[in-house]
Amino acid sequence: MTAGLPGRVTGRQATCPNCGAPILFIWSGAVQTTCAYCQSVLVRHDLDLERVGAVGDVPPDSSPVQRGATGRWRNRGFTVVGRIMYEYARGGWNEWHLRFDDGTGGWLSDAQLEWAVTTLVEPAPRLPFGVGLRRGQSFVIGDATYTVSTITRARYRGVEGELPFVYWDKAEVQFVDLRTPAARFATVDFSEDPPLVFAGEFVAFDDLQLTGLRAFEGWPPPR
Amino acid sequence: MAAATLRPGAVRSLSCPSCGAAVVLRGLAWTQTVACASCSAVLDARDPNLAVLQRAASRMRVEPLIPLGARGDWRGAPYEVIGFQQRTIRTPDGAWSWREYLLFNPYRGFRYLTEYDGHWTDVVPLQALPEVGGGAHAAAAYEGRAYKHFQTARAETTFVLGEFPWEVRVGDVAEARDYVAPPHGLSAESTDDETTWSKATYVDAAEIWRAFKVEGRPPSPQGVYSTQPNPLAARARARWAAFAVLAALLMLTLFGRAVLSANREVFSRQYVYRGTTVPDAPAAPGAAFVTPTFELPGGPSNVVVETEASVDNQWLFVEYALIDEATGQAYDFGREVSYYSGRDSDGNWTEGSKRDRARIGAVPGGRWFLRVEPSGDAAGRSIAYTVRVRRDVPTLAYYLLALVALAVPPVVGTLRSASFETRRWAESDHAPSSDDDGGDDDE
Repeated sequence: MTAGLPGRVTGRQATCPNCGAPILFIWSGAVQTTCAYCQSVLVRHDLDLERVGAVGDVPPDSSPVQRGATGRWRNRGFTVVGRIMYEYARGGWNEWHLRFDDGTGGWLSDAQLEWAVTTLVEPAPRLPFGVGLRRGQSFVIGDATYTVSTITRARYRGVEGELPFVYWDKAEVQFVDLRTPAARFATVDFSEDPPLVFAGEFVAFDDLQLTGLRAFEGWPPPR
Repeated sequence: MAAATLRPGAVRSLSCPSCGAAVVLRGLAWTQTVACASCSAVLDARDPNLAVLQRAASRMRVEPLIPLGARGDWRGAPYEVIGFQQRTIRTPDGAWSWREYLLFNPYRGFRYLTEYDGHWTDVVPLQALPEVGGGAHAAAAYEGRAYKHFQTARAETTFVLGEFPWEVRVGDVAEARDYVAPPHGLSAESTDDETTWSKATYVDAAEIWRAFKVEGRPPSPQGVYSTQPNPLAARARARWAAFAVLAALLMLTLFGRAVLSANREVFSRQYVYRGTTVPDAPAAPGAAFVTPTFELPGGPSNVVVETEASVDNQWLFVEYALIDEATGQAYDFGREVSYYSGRDSDGNWTEGSKRDRARIGAVPGGRWFLRVEPSGDAAGRSIAYTVRVRRDVPTLAYYLLALVALAVPPVVGTLRSASFETRRWAESDHAPSSDDDGGDDDE
C-alpha cells in the first residue's frame, strides 16, 4: 500500500509520499505522523516515510489545544506534537501527545475541556482486574488508592501529528478510568496484554500555562 | 445539508427541521444536542441536517430568567449561557423543580448556574472523587470538608432549551444524591453508565444579574435553600463574638475595679452586748450609742457595714443609722446576726452565720458616724461583736447580672439560627420528625 512518491526524511523535514507536501517534525523521535494536507498516516522507517493506507480522519472539533502548543506540568515544560481522538457511545475525547523538555513523553487528555495529564506507568502494574470489574472498585497504583469511575468501550476516531508508535487500528478497546479524592487520575488501556496503565492527575486549565492555543472567533484568548 | 458550516470556532446558524425557526449553535463542536428555542424539539447537533431526536414533549414552556446567548464575566473568565433545562423531583408530597443554565467558555469548559425558588448556586463539575461513607445516608468528604447527606431522589428532565455537550432528552432520569456544607454542596448524579460529581456554591442572584447584565431584578428567594448559608448562624456567631469581647471587657473592668477600688477599712471597733448595751470601751451606758466619726474618702461610692458577732445559739439585731456629721443626712438599716447549731437524728446542723454585711450605695464623702442600737437574747451571756465600715468595695453580683444580660442576645440568636436549620432540613430526607441526622461519617 506504499504510495509511489518517495517520502524522504532529511533532518526534521520530510515530504509526504502521497501528495508531496512538506512534513515538519517537531519531535525527532516520532514513529508516526500525519500529512497536514492530505491527512495520510505516515510511518517513519529511518529515512523513509511510508503511507500506511489510511487517513488521519480528524473530524471538526473544538479542543483549544493544537500541535505546537506548549505548557507546563509538574515543573516541566512540554510541547504538544500529536493526538489521538477517541470516540465512544456518548461522545469523544482527545489524548494530546506531549513531549517533555527532558525527552520523556506524556498525554494531555481533553475530555469536554476537563484536563488531565498522564504518563505511562512502567513496568505495567499487574492490576487484579477480574471479569467482574465494575465501577466503585478500588485498586492501589503506585502510592495512591484509585476507584474505578467509568468503564468505556471506545475506538479511536482519528490521529493527527506525531505519535510514539504506529497506531491506526480502529478496533474497539476497553478503557477503565480511575480517580482519587485528591483528583489523581489513571486510565487503563486494554489494547495490549498486559493492559497499559497511564497515571497522573486532573489539572486546572490555568495551571497548564498553555500557550500557542487555537483562537476562537468572538472569544478573547485566555488570560 | 449545505446549511452546516463547520468552520471551527464560529457560531453556526441552522434551521429547525421541525418548525423552521433559526437555531443558533454557540457551543462549537462540543454541542451534541440542541433544543429549538421556538418549538422545543430536541435536535442532533452532530447531524448536518439537525435530525429530530425528540418532538416537543408537551406544550409546557419554561422561560429562562437569563436568556440564552447572554455573556458575562463570571469567576474570572467570560462565559456564555448556551443551554437551559428544568429538572423535577417527584415525591408523594408533590413535585419540586429547579432550573439549570449551562455556561460555556471555549478554554475553561462548562459550568452551571442553578435556580430553585429564587435561590442560585454556581456549579462546577468535579474531577476528584469525594469520599462517601457506607450506607445510603452516609456523609461525604471533599477537600477536607464534611458534607451531610441531604437528599437522594430521582431527577427527571422536564424541559430543555439550547445546547448541551451530551445527549439530552425530556424524560431523562438520573439518581441525584445531594450533600450540603453551606454555602457549598456536592451532588452525585448516577445513570447506568456513570456517576458524575459536581460542587455547588450558593450565590447572590444580584451578582449573577450584574455579571450577565440581566434586565430587571432577580425574583426574591423563597424559604430556606439546602446550601443557603445560615445568616442567623453568622449573626449568632457575631453576637457571641461581641459577647466574648464585652464579657472580657466586663471581667477586665471587674479586675481593674478590684485592683483599683480603695476597699479601705475606715472604721473598726469591738463592742459587747450584755442584755443591756454596754459598750466595752469607750463605754457609755444605754441601749443606743454612737461611734466616733470616721472619714469616708472620695466621691459618692459604696459603703459596707460589717457586723461580726460571737453569737452561739443566739441572735443579735442591730439597728444602724449612718449619719453625716455635717448635714445630718442618715441611712437607716437593721441587720440581724444569728447562729444556731445542734445535733439531731440527721447529725450535726448549723443555721445562720456569725457575720453580716450591709451594702449602701453612693454615699458622699465626708465625716460620718454610726448610731448603733443592738438588741438580742443575751440571756445572761454577753455577745462580743465587731462593727467594721469599709469604703469603696467591688461588687461581684452586679457584674454577674451584667454578664447574664449580655448573654441574652447571643442565646436568642442561637435559638433563631437553630430554627433556620430546622427549615433547611425540612425538605431533606432527614426532616427533624424522623431523625436529626443521617449516619455518621467515620471516614
